[in-house]
Amino acid sequence: MSQVTVPPAPIEVELRPAPAVEMRRAARLGLSGGAAMVLMAATGIVATFQARMAIDPILPLGLLFLYVVALAFGWMAGQPPLTLEGFAPAKVDGRNISAGALAGGLAGLCVGVLVILMTVFDLRGVFVELSPDLIEVLSFGLPVAVAVPIIAAISSVAGALGAGMHRLPVRIRRTLLPALIWVVVFSLMTDLFGQLFTGLSIDWMTTLLYPRRGGPLTITGAVIVFIAFLALYWYLAGRRTKLRQQVAAMPRQKRLRWSAAATVGLLVILYFVPKVMGPFVSQILVTAGIFLLMALGLNIVVGYAGLLDLGYVAFFAVGAYTAAILTSPQSPAFSPQIALIAAIPFVTLAAAVAGIVVATPVLRMRGDYLAIVTLGFGEIARILLNSEWLAPYFGGAQGITNIPDLQIGPFSFNTPQDYFYPIFLFVVIAAYVTLALQNSRWGRAWMAMREDESVAEAMGVNIVTAKLSAFVVGAILASFGGALYGAQIGSVFPHSFDIVVSITILVIIIVGGMGSVPGVALGALVLIVLPNLLREFSEYQFLFYGVLLIAMMLKRPEGFIPSKRRAQELHQEEVSQDAWLEIYGEAGATNEPVPEGQT
Amino acid sequence: MALLAIEGLSKSFGGLRAINGLDIHVDEGEIVSVIGPNGAGKTTFFNLITGMEAPDEGSILFGEQDIVGLRPNQILQLGMARTFQNVRLFPAMTVLENVMVGQHCRTKAGVLGAVFKTPGQRAEEAMIEEKAKEVLSFFGTRLAGYRHDQLSLALSYANRRRLEIARAMATEPRLLLLDEPTAGMNPRETVELTELIGQLRSERGFTIVVIEHDMQVVRNVSDRVIVLDHGVKLVEGTYDHVSADEKVIEAYLGRPAERKG
Repeated sequence: MSQVTVPPAPIEVELRPAPAVEMRRAARLGLSGGAAMVLMAATGIVATFQARMAIDPILPLGLLFLYVVALAFGWMAGQPPLTLEGFAPAKVDGRNISAGALAGGLAGLCVGVLVILMTVFDLRGVFVELSPDLIEVLSFGLPVAVAVPIIAAISSVAGALGAGMHRLPVRIRRTLLPALIWVVVFSLMTDLFGQLFTGLSIDWMTTLLYPRRGGPLTITGAVIVFIAFLALYWYLAGRRTKLRQQVAAMPRQKRLRWSAAATVGLLVILYFVPKVMGPFVSQILVTAGIFLLMALGLNIVVGYAGLLDLGYVAFFAVGAYTAAILTSPQSPAFSPQIALIAAIPFVTLAAAVAGIVVATPVLRMRGDYLAIVTLGFGEIARILLNSEWLAPYFGGAQGITNIPDLQIGPFSFNTPQDYFYPIFLFVVIAAYVTLALQNSRWGRAWMAMREDESVAEAMGVNIVTAKLSAFVVGAILASFGGALYGAQIGSVFPHSFDIVVSITILVIIIVGGMGSVPGVALGALVLIVLPNLLREFSEYQFLFYGVLLIAMMLKRPEGFIPSKRRAQELHQEEVSQDAWLEIYGEAGATNEPVPEGQT
Repeated sequence: MALLAIEGLSKSFGGLRAINGLDIHVDEGEIVSVIGPNGAGKTTFFNLITGMEAPDEGSILFGEQDIVGLRPNQILQLGMARTFQNVRLFPAMTVLENVMVGQHCRTKAGVLGAVFKTPGQRAEEAMIEEKAKEVLSFFGTRLAGYRHDQLSLALSYANRRRLEIARAMATEPRLLLLDEPTAGMNPRETVELTELIGQLRSERGFTIVVIEHDMQVVRNVSDRVIVLDHGVKLVEGTYDHVSADEKVIEAYLGRPAERKG
């Protein structure tokens, strides 16, 4: 890909001073932050996690969550505006920090108002979580008149600190921030790290960081983690770019050799992951792998071909049930049992047929209509599997049990640790297929259809074949996920295949980055692995999903790691040169006319 | 001989007769302009012959074949490609990819070929890319070099029009239908494109039907001009013949007011 070209400056123009940080915006952000903090208090997050220490014994998690919001909004308020072409780069000064302090202070005041309201009125009739305990927590046990200014002050300091981050030299910021984040990660995922240390047989680390078994991170532990990561990031800063340049400068032969070595190293590490992490984490990874496999399949249907399929779970079910019927001795209809590996061709075939069956009636539908119809298909699949009518074949609500484990030659896969490897293999295959299709004749035809169906057809794309093939490829990938899922769990039930699965897969692609393989992988990590590792917060899982989705749609609609084209498509205005042209006038423009009005 | 022969073509939208009993023929190697006031049915005429809309009546012979009832992609395959009045590219695809889509109908690799990277598929893919680059080179430096990898939405208006022509060229058509190719272009670009239309015939051997409002362009490119009004063919002939015709002037400017007394 070539770089975005900057029009050459024909005349020397003095740069305009950058606009200063707006206090009005800071105040608005402060009020938004306050609303978020009040919401957190009212949903019970603060009070619930007050007993859980983030850093034992000084910082309870509840308060950490609360004031991190003030910090984040202070950071936003103090953020210098984007430097547009033709403008001088923005300076960060005391004004930015004041903006952060203002935002934080206002947010704190909102919490203060909540405390006052709670003491004056009894709001528990409506908001169950607004208990006297919460007043106690928020006001630190002090009288309200004293507590409110203190809350505002703490919040204001948090906001100023957040804004102050922009003031720090880049290298220090890039060191400090990740180190702080790692401290929080260590304090949240105590079990994970405990397991990691046990698996690596370095139990003394556990003793050092979490002296109480399964207990919180201690202050000593926090300091150790902080310093360790500070040192690590300080060492890495600057070296990373240098390394990247070195790699880029390498001759092709050498680079290939290095990347091969890196791949082998990565595979070796991956080989040890399930062994070190134990059954609990492995199970999470296996689940995430199955979702990732399906997400990659749906990515072809939605991301490439633009066919919004809300009933994608149906193909997952087809795979799971086909494999179950063929392999389980308990399956009601089909007695000969074959090995899962031998069943895979039949699973593929069944999925292809299912893909065609779903695609055929929706061939002439577009957009919203297609989404609704596929949603219906997903539900029909589940209801049919659940029905008494088809119970002689699918077992009805009892499902199919006793599905034997996967067996390949002498290797038998029993535990979640064992399943990690075949699932990883299938994910790699799916990722490869996704990438191979991207730059292929049908990949382009799908994208053309996504962009404009009628024009794609007028340009020679057979829409019928394009839709069918996209559905079939997506269906096959999902069916592999289903087959592995059934074998790993040992049984399949209709209720495992409800609409939530479809929605989750869709959210994975949207949050991760539609059309991008690393993006989808990160989406699965954030939406499947993280909630499972943070089980203690499971009560708030969907709140987190909701906030994440809204925030993503507002700030980063292209997803975490978008494909290049989507990023460009969704940020056109930011790339456009309006500010530039305003100064340079027509002379600054290229010799081509700027498109105006005409579309 | 006639490459395109249309007889008694009609199409109504509700009570509106957009095309009304149209007879048109286009000979191999001709450049024919279709002109007419707004709403005369010019774009509907294109939509009908490319299969994007179904005619109510009439026959359309392309080469020897009756193409009424064929899908747009089948008609394209037979060698008839078009551009659109309101530029309809694939915005989130690169310039090169847009043109490569044009080659879809001339190639045949399947999904499995792409997954297994068969030698045939790889050779075909290289051929498609080469063909696309060759087509883009027709526009000189306008769509060359780094522009290949730019998303088509990042192009200027004039370049979008050029890219649309390139995409149509990549389908290797016999008949090229251009719907207002110079709309929204500045005078210099219009002159440039007028020359290009000539070259499309002389260098590439396309037969061309062009809908155009710019009379300068019409005069410079066309062998023959067809004037449409209210879905009916008003006049047909050389530019000079047509531009002198009273009915044409009337259709464009209106009838002089009747004098009383």
